[in-house]
Amino acid sequence: MTGGGVLEGTGFDVKRIREQFPALDQSVHGRPLVYFDNAATTHKPQRVIDAVSRHDSTDNANVHRGVHTLSQRATDAYERARQRVASFLNTERASEVVFTRGTTEAINLVANAYGGTALERGDEILITGMEHHSNIVPWQQVAKRTGATLQVAPVADDGSLDLGAFEDLVTEDTRIAAFSHVSNALGTVNPVKELTRLAKEEDAAVLVDGAQAVPHLEVDVQAIGCDFYAFSGHKVYGPTGIGALYGRYGRLERMDPYQGGGEMIRSVAFDETRFADPPQRFEAGTPNITGSVGLGEALTFLGEVGQRKVKAHEDRVLDVATDRLSGLDGVRLIGTAPEKASVVSFVLEGVHPHDVGTILDRKGVAIRAGHHCAQPLMERFDVPATCRASFAMYNRVSEVDALVEGITEAVNLFA
Amino acid sequence: MDATDLYQEVILDHTKSPRNFERVEGADRDAHGDNPLCGDTLTVYVRTNGDTIEEIGFQAEGCAISKASGSVMTETVEGKSIEEARALVEVFRDLVRGERDQDLGVAELGDLAVFEGVKKFPTRVKCATLAWHTLLAALEDRDEVVTTEA
Ligand SMILES: Cc1ncc(COP(=O)(O)O)c(C=O)c1O
Repeated sequence: MTGGGVLEGTGFDVKRIREQFPALDQSVHGRPLVYFDNAATTHKPQRVIDAVSRHDSTDNANVHRGVHTLSQRATDAYERARQRVASFLNTERASEVVFTRGTTEAINLVANAYGGTALERGDEILITGMEHHSNIVPWQQVAKRTGATLQVAPVADDGSLDLGAFEDLVTEDTRIAAFSHVSNALGTVNPVKELTRLAKEEDAAVLVDGAQAVPHLEVDVQAIGCDFYAFSGHKVYGPTGIGALYGRYGRLERMDPYQGGGEMIRSVAFDETRFADPPQRFEAGTPNITGSVGLGEALTFLGEVGQRKVKAHEDRVLDVATDRLSGLDGVRLIGTAPEKASVVSFVLEGVHPHDVGTILDRKGVAIRAGHHCAQPLMERFDVPATCRASFAMYNRVSEVDALVEGITEAVNLFA
Repeated sequence: MDATDLYQEVILDHTKSPRNFERVEGADRDAHGDNPLCGDTLTVYVRTNGDTIEEIGFQAEGCAISKASGSVMTETVEGKSIEEARALVEVFRDLVRGERDQDLGVAELGDLAVFEGVKKFPTRVKCATLAWHTLLAALEDRDEVVTTEA
């Protein structure tokens, strides 16, 4: 191994990674920024920022519309990004990738365009007790409209999914199963392949919410066997406002459009409109072209750094943080499943998470304090909110010191 | 600037042992408020006698700032007239937003003065004002749940 500063044995040079992220190089309240709010959004490496700006500076045009050169370049860039997402998720074909605003829009798309027609009274939608609101509310809405009911597989005390209960809840009435790959509030990694297999035994369509998985795990949608997989660019070192939905082509082909407009049509007459094939059918209007370029670049970057190396490094930070926090008096960890990715959620006895968040902020440490858009899960653990530290490839083990310092101060202040 | 500028002794004391932290027997007005952003919830109970706040209590689940603020508020407005209390809502709001009327001395503010530090923590202003918004709703006999996101 060559290159200055490479840590022997791990092959992961955090210093060189950090140098590529301009946002990390700053002080907050006089302390070096420790950014532990990566599950909310990650920072962008310079090459993503540059790719977006280069596109806007030289190739800016609308896609799929013009015969002129710039339009062709923009179209190529957009379709290259689609190709990039496709190979990142290992889809069978690039046309199985639909660009969306993010995970939320992707799930809403499936709930409406698929659920809206596939569901009937008496059908069941199965989700889990650890879902983000964006994988709960769209299903509630479509259930209400169609007369389907929502079933919820419970979460065990350690924050893992109760597999037996999930299995019991999959019945011949289950039309759709939707679950997260990695829980944003607990960090639990769900056995998505197994869950998909169980749902498929009853012919249910399967959607996996991959918002928290894509930054940390190698994802292979064909190996998982799911019908839909959703994620957001901004949680994987890319821009906000862009994300993607994988949809198995055979499913997408039979689905009605989600929104109507330009881009998604083959021909329009006032008496009849013929819709374009997937993925364009689901991309009404001018898409987020620059966003797609940024997302493509972010995925290329992550691929080059190496997802396995990233995961190994993040696991080390997670292990150290977990160890040190569980050794502190008054700290209770929420979510201690055997398989976890990059999240440590905790509460302090007698101290509200928002106060912890403020105290940590004054030490330059950014964490999330709140319900993490998972209120039913908070109820499950009988807490109004938690503190959550979440890690990315650029976090250092030594940054955990500042976290521990802040927590200790909070405990002492309110003792 | 340190977190202790916010969490001063008086605030810590009120949050650890909040005063008037109970329902008020025979309350003729109450209101419920919440701060959807962080999940703080708070209920204010008031028993009036004519124009006077004879007794006031509150119950809350939430952060130190919202609890301490509710506690100091109840101590401040008890025995005051409804008009005076309404005026104090304005005073407090200006104080935590950093718009304090410079004519108003720290002495006149009493314990409320410790909340001036909140102005340097803009993300926490809503925690501090929740109790006061809820009081206002109770005094105006409004039925809807108060929210700081309005
Ligand atoms: C598990 C999970 N699902 C869905 C979402 C929603 O993602 P977005 O807000 O980017 O649409 C998030 C992000 O907060 C998440 O963590």
